[in-house]
Amino acid sequence: MSVTAFILMVLVQGTVTILTGYFFWRVLRTPPKAEPDSYENEL
Amino acid sequence: MAGNAVGLGNFLRFPVQAIQNGGGAFIIPYLISFVLLGMPLLWIEWSMGRFGGTKRNHSTPFILDSMTHRPFWKYFGVFGIFTNIAVAAYYCYIESWTMSYVYHSVIQTFSGMDQNQVAAFFGNYVDIYSSTSGIPFEAVFFYILCLLLNTWILSKGLSGGVEKTAKIGMPLLILFGIFLAVRGITLGDSSAPAGCTDCDASLGLNFLWEPQYSALTDPKVWLAAAGQIFFTLSLGMGTIQCYASYVKRKDDIALNAMSAGWMNEFVEVVLGASIVIPIAVGYLGLDWVKNNAGFAMAFQTMPFLFGQWGAFMGTLSSVAWFGLLFFAGITSSLAMGTPWMGFMEDEFKWSRNKSAWSFGLITLVMGLPTVIFFENGVFDEYDYWAGTVSLVVFALAETIIFSWIYGIDKGWEELHYGADIRVPGFFKPVIKYVTPLLLLFVFTGALFTPKNNDWKTALQGNWELDPSSIVGKITHKGIKWNRSWFSDGFESEASGTVLKVQNSTDTKWTEIQIGKPGIENEEAVVLKTFRLKNVQEVLVKAGDVVLEGQILAHGDFINPRFYLDGARILLSLLFIGLAVLVYSATVRRTKLSN
Repeated sequence: MSVTAFILMVLVQGTVTILTGYFFWRVLRTPPKAEPDSYENEL
Repeated sequence: MAGNAVGLGNFLRFPVQAIQNGGGAFIIPYLISFVLLGMPLLWIEWSMGRFGGTKRNHSTPFILDSMTHRPFWKYFGVFGIFTNIAVAAYYCYIESWTMSYVYHSVIQTFSGMDQNQVAAFFGNYVDIYSSTSGIPFEAVFFYILCLLLNTWILSKGLSGGVEKTAKIGMPLLILFGIFLAVRGITLGDSSAPAGCTDCDASLGLNFLWEPQYSALTDPKVWLAAAGQIFFTLSLGMGTIQCYASYVKRKDDIALNAMSAGWMNEFVEVVLGASIVIPIAVGYLGLDWVKNNAGFAMAFQTMPFLFGQWGAFMGTLSSVAWFGLLFFAGITSSLAMGTPWMGFMEDEFKWSRNKSAWSFGLITLVMGLPTVIFFENGVFDEYDYWAGTVSLVVFALAETIIFSWIYGIDKGWEELHYGADIRVPGFFKPVIKYVTPLLLLFVFTGALFTPKNNDWKTALQGNWELDPSSIVGKITHKGIKWNRSWFSDGFESEASGTVLKVQNSTDTKWTEIQIGKPGIENEEAVVLKTFRLKNVQEVLVKAGDVVLEGQILAHGDFINPRFYLDGARILLSLLFIGLAVLVYSATVRRTKLSN
C-alpha cells in the first residue's frame, strides 16, 4: 500500500469516525422535547 | 433513521461502485458528493417531509404540491413512490441472498469448499434452473419468502418492532463489522492461494485509496459517486420525506439528519471499505475482483473466510454476518414500502393491510424478472435506472423546489424550527447554488458523456457519445452486434480465434470462447465467452479465426437487448401507472373539497 493511499485512508476514516462520534454524542446529550407537542395545534 | 440508511448498500454496493469506477478515482468524488450533495439533501428532505406532514401529506407527490402549488412538480413527485417500489423489487432479491446464506451456513453447505467452489456456488444459486439445496427454483423461493416476510411485517404494522430490534441488531452489526474490518486491513497476503501473485489485501486497499485526480473530470464517475451517496443515504427516493412527515413539528431534524447520515458514512467508509474489497482481493486477487465486481462479491468470498475459522466459529460467524446483513437490509426494504402505503392510505383511504399487500404484489411483479433474468442483466438495469439515474433526477428537482420555488429563506427557517444544532451558514449558499449546479453538472455530463470521456475533442465539435452515457444506454450504443430482440443467427461480438466450443452436460447450452491463443508457454487470452441456449447448429470449431459480426451459430436466440428493453418497459409502465394514480388522487381531492 502506497504512502499516499495510506494517508488518505487514515485521514478520511479518522475524520468520519470523529464526526460520527460527535453527532451521536450530541443526540445522546440532547434532552427530549417537552410534551404535549402536536403540530395540529399550530395549523 | 440510521437503521433505514444503514443497509446492504454500505457493505455490498459501495465496494462494487468503488471497483467499477476505478477505486481511488471514485473515493474523492464520493466524499465531495457526501458534503456537497448528501448533507444538504438530508436537510432538504427532512425539512420537506416535516413540512408536508403539517399539511397532512405523507407522500412526495402531494408534499411537493403543498410546497409549489404547481401540478408539474406534483407529477415529478411520482419518482418518490416509483423509486421505492423499483428499488425494493431488486433490493429484496439481495436481501433474500442473505437469508438463503444464513440457511446454507446452518446446514454447513460451505464446509470443505475451496475459494473457487464458494465463488461458483453463487453462480449456481442465481441460476434459477439449478438448485443448491434440493428446493426447486431455490432463488425464486427465497425471494418470495423474503418479500412475504416484508409484506407481512408491513401489514401488521410491526415495522416499529423491527426498528426496536434494530437497536440491538445494528450495534451488533457494527461491532462484528469492526472485527471483520480489522481482519480485512490486516489480512495482507497471508491467505494467498499458491500461484496467485496479486492475492494481497493491501493491494485492494491501495486500489481503493490511491487518489486519481484525473477522475474529477469524469461525469460517469461523479454520477456513480452521487448515485451511491443517494442510494446509501436513501436520498432522492422519497423515503426520508415519508418518515419525516410523521415527525412532530417541534422535533429536531437538523441534528438527527446529521447523526443518521454520519453513522451511515461510518458504516460505509470505515467498515464497508475495509471488509469486502481487501478480503476478496486477499483470497481471489485484484484482477478477479476487477473482473467480477458485483453485488455478489461478498457472497462469493465471505463464506470461505469464515470457513477458515473452524466448523463452530465459522458457522457462527457466517450466520451472524449474513443474519445481521439481512437485518440491516430488511430495515431498509420496509422503509421502501412506506411511501406507497402512505400514499394509498392518505389518498384512497386504503387499510394498512390492503396497502401493504398491494405493495407486496406490485413488488413481486416488478421483482420476479430481476430474479429469473438476473444473469441477463435485468437486475443491473433496474439498479442503473431506478437505483442511480432516478435518484439524481429527483434530487435535482428537490433542490430546485426547496431553494428556488419554496425559497431558501423559508426553507432555512423550516430546517431550524425546533433544531438542536445550528447548521453552519456556509451551507445556505451551498444548498441554493452549489448542490443544484453540481447535480445539474453530474446529470447533464452523464447524459451526454463523450466517447472515452474525451471532453476536449467533444468540445471541439466532434461529439460522439460514449456507450456508458445515459443517451448511449438508451440507444444501446454499446451493443454493436445482435441488436434485434430475437434472431436465428448469433453474431460474434469479438474478432479472434475460437478457443473452445463446448456443450453443457445436459446440452442446455453451448459455450463458445473467442480469444488469442497462447504461444509456447503463454496462456491464452479470453476476449469473450458466449453461453448460448437453443443452439441448432454451431458453425465454428476450435482454432477457427472469426471476425466481429460473423455468425457463430444458428438457433432460436433471445438477445440481451430483449431483456434490457423489457426491464425498461416494466419500469416505464410502473411510473406511468403511478402517475395515473396521482391524477386520480387529485381528482378525488378536488371532488372532496367541492
